[in-house]
Amino acid sequence: MTTLFDTARRRNWALSAFLSKWMEIGIVPVLILIALYLPFAYFAIPEASVLHMSLFGINLIGQIMCFALLALALDLVWGYAGMLSLGHGIFFGIGGYLMAIYLLNGAYAETRVLPDFIQYMGTGGFPAVWKIFSRLDVTVAITIVFTALVAGAFGFVTFRSRINGVYLSIITQALTYALMLLLFINDVGLGGNNGMTGFTSIAGHRIADVSTQIGLAVGSCLLLVIAYVGARYLVRSSLGRALVAVRDDEARMRFLGYRTYTLKLIAWCLSAVIAALAGMLYVPQVGIVNPTIVSPQLSVEIAVWVAIGGRGTLIGAIAGAILVNGLKFWLTSQLPEVWPFVLAGVTLVIVVAFGNGVWGSLKAAGEEANR
Amino acid sequence: MSVATSNTAIYVSGLNVRFAGFAAITNLSMELRYGEIRAIIGPNGAGKTTLMDVITGKTRPASGDVFLDRHTNLAVLDETSIARLGIGRKFQKPSVFEALPVRENLELAIRNGRGYADMMRSRLKSEQNRRIDEVLEMIGLAAIGRRSASTLSHGQKQWLEIGMLLVANPRVILLDEPVAGMTDHETARTVELIASLKSPERAVVVIEHDMDFVGQIADLVSVLHDGQLLGEGSMEKVRNDPRVIQVYLGR
Repeated sequence: MTTLFDTARRRNWALSAFLSKWMEIGIVPVLILIALYLPFAYFAIPEASVLHMSLFGINLIGQIMCFALLALALDLVWGYAGMLSLGHGIFFGIGGYLMAIYLLNGAYAETRVLPDFIQYMGTGGFPAVWKIFSRLDVTVAITIVFTALVAGAFGFVTFRSRINGVYLSIITQALTYALMLLLFINDVGLGGNNGMTGFTSIAGHRIADVSTQIGLAVGSCLLLVIAYVGARYLVRSSLGRALVAVRDDEARMRFLGYRTYTLKLIAWCLSAVIAALAGMLYVPQVGIVNPTIVSPQLSVEIAVWVAIGGRGTLIGAIAGAILVNGLKFWLTSQLPEVWPFVLAGVTLVIVVAFGNGVWGSLKAAGEEANR
Repeated sequence: MSVATSNTAIYVSGLNVRFAGFAAITNLSMELRYGEIRAIIGPNGAGKTTLMDVITGKTRPASGDVFLDRHTNLAVLDETSIARLGIGRKFQKPSVFEALPVRENLELAIRNGRGYADMMRSRLKSEQNRRIDEVLEMIGLAAIGRRSASTLSHGQKQWLEIGMLLVANPRVILLDEPVAGMTDHETARTVELIASLKSPERAVVVIEHDMDFVGQIADLVSVLHDGQLLGEGSMEKVRNDPRVIQVYLGR
């Protein structure tokens, strides 16, 4: 009996060792293949075939990839540096709103029609400051710098004051809520409740064009690949090890001569920039940005994706985001009223049964087998 | 009252530490010297660990001075800066990084928080690598450098933590109960290890309850009681001091 059980267990371990080891690298070609498949599936495969993908499906994949980027960003700070941010939607929102300003710039240049909310404000013309965002590359550069500055300023103050754990979570959650309330105000000039929409083109491509939407989805996949490879390089480096050490015993690291807040700042700013870039890709794909992008709910959901996938594994965060959002899109169209219960149930079961999420447990089992 | 001399490593003068009204250390003056192994003993609550907290910047004194080499005032610096000056500390409970392999614990320690570019590229200087190998040999973990620190025994974790101090080649080493919870065999190994730390350029300070252990390693013993220095001298002298006997046995 024992031997039979042991063999079975060892075979499972071997399988999980294999999976956790090879998927860490294997996810890169898988994502690249998905990226390559998207245009092919729409243009080359006849609609009758099951392999054909509708624009709706492609758009969905693009959005989910943006969420996976968000999860990756959160895992970097939560899984590796122990900072559970419940306000990563802030950075997603910064990217989204700045992208929307760029898109409105383009729309105004084309149509010469002021967006509704600007007309209602009665300020006269198109805001002069917004004209800085008339080029995509400039907008991307400004977004990266601005996000890093915002994240840096927040991090500098909080990490230096040694605000940790649940207090950091509460502050970030409060901040994203405050930002949402701020954006709801029409006088802030970012569209208030309704947000910003009516985009026409991005970098010279019609936003409604199929090729543009496919391009955005492919871009989301590829950015996820780049962010994953970069994040993996970081967490496997000595710097990543130092982050893990800060996560596990920050005081000890100080006594070893580390400026722990600098280490945390590096991870925090990098994570914020990834989240902002995700927001920049997300907004043109959904065609609108409004204050719900920085709602506390989204920020908490990111943590749920990471917890389900397994924090501190990177790949778990990506898998969690893809799984949960895939399930969400499917269920909310089929049985919208049961979705909250399913999400809560899945979260509970996984947290109780797997401890550190699906991928985290698989990885742990794999390491056990290799010992 | 002690007077700072040229081989003074840490000079403590008129130190007062209070926690919400409770006087943890009262008007304490003492001096820790290079080239010696000093033991600090005393009953629980005597202020031994608090003294280490003050030296390493974890706790701010209410008044008094703590100087390194007679000119660097430690009372105004934070933990990181003090650690970079070459003051290493081992905590009471082993605090190694269990998520990391043994060798990477030492790598973290030898980097001393410097060189982010090298850390990003996971690069170590060849002399750093050599030093890590040397220390792994000294602490008897050379064969298991790649193993996760979580798999180590209690004693091995204590040695690894001492090794983490050693790689950084500190001027002052503070050890808080290094043999607590160790088997006799492990204690004997630790005695050897601590004896090998002794060097003319280094001050070693050990807090310990185990008198046999203290007798084996200490050049000089300081006795703390109620946050004050009760006596100082050789183990022999301290053992026969009636006030020390009263503090230890009179309770």
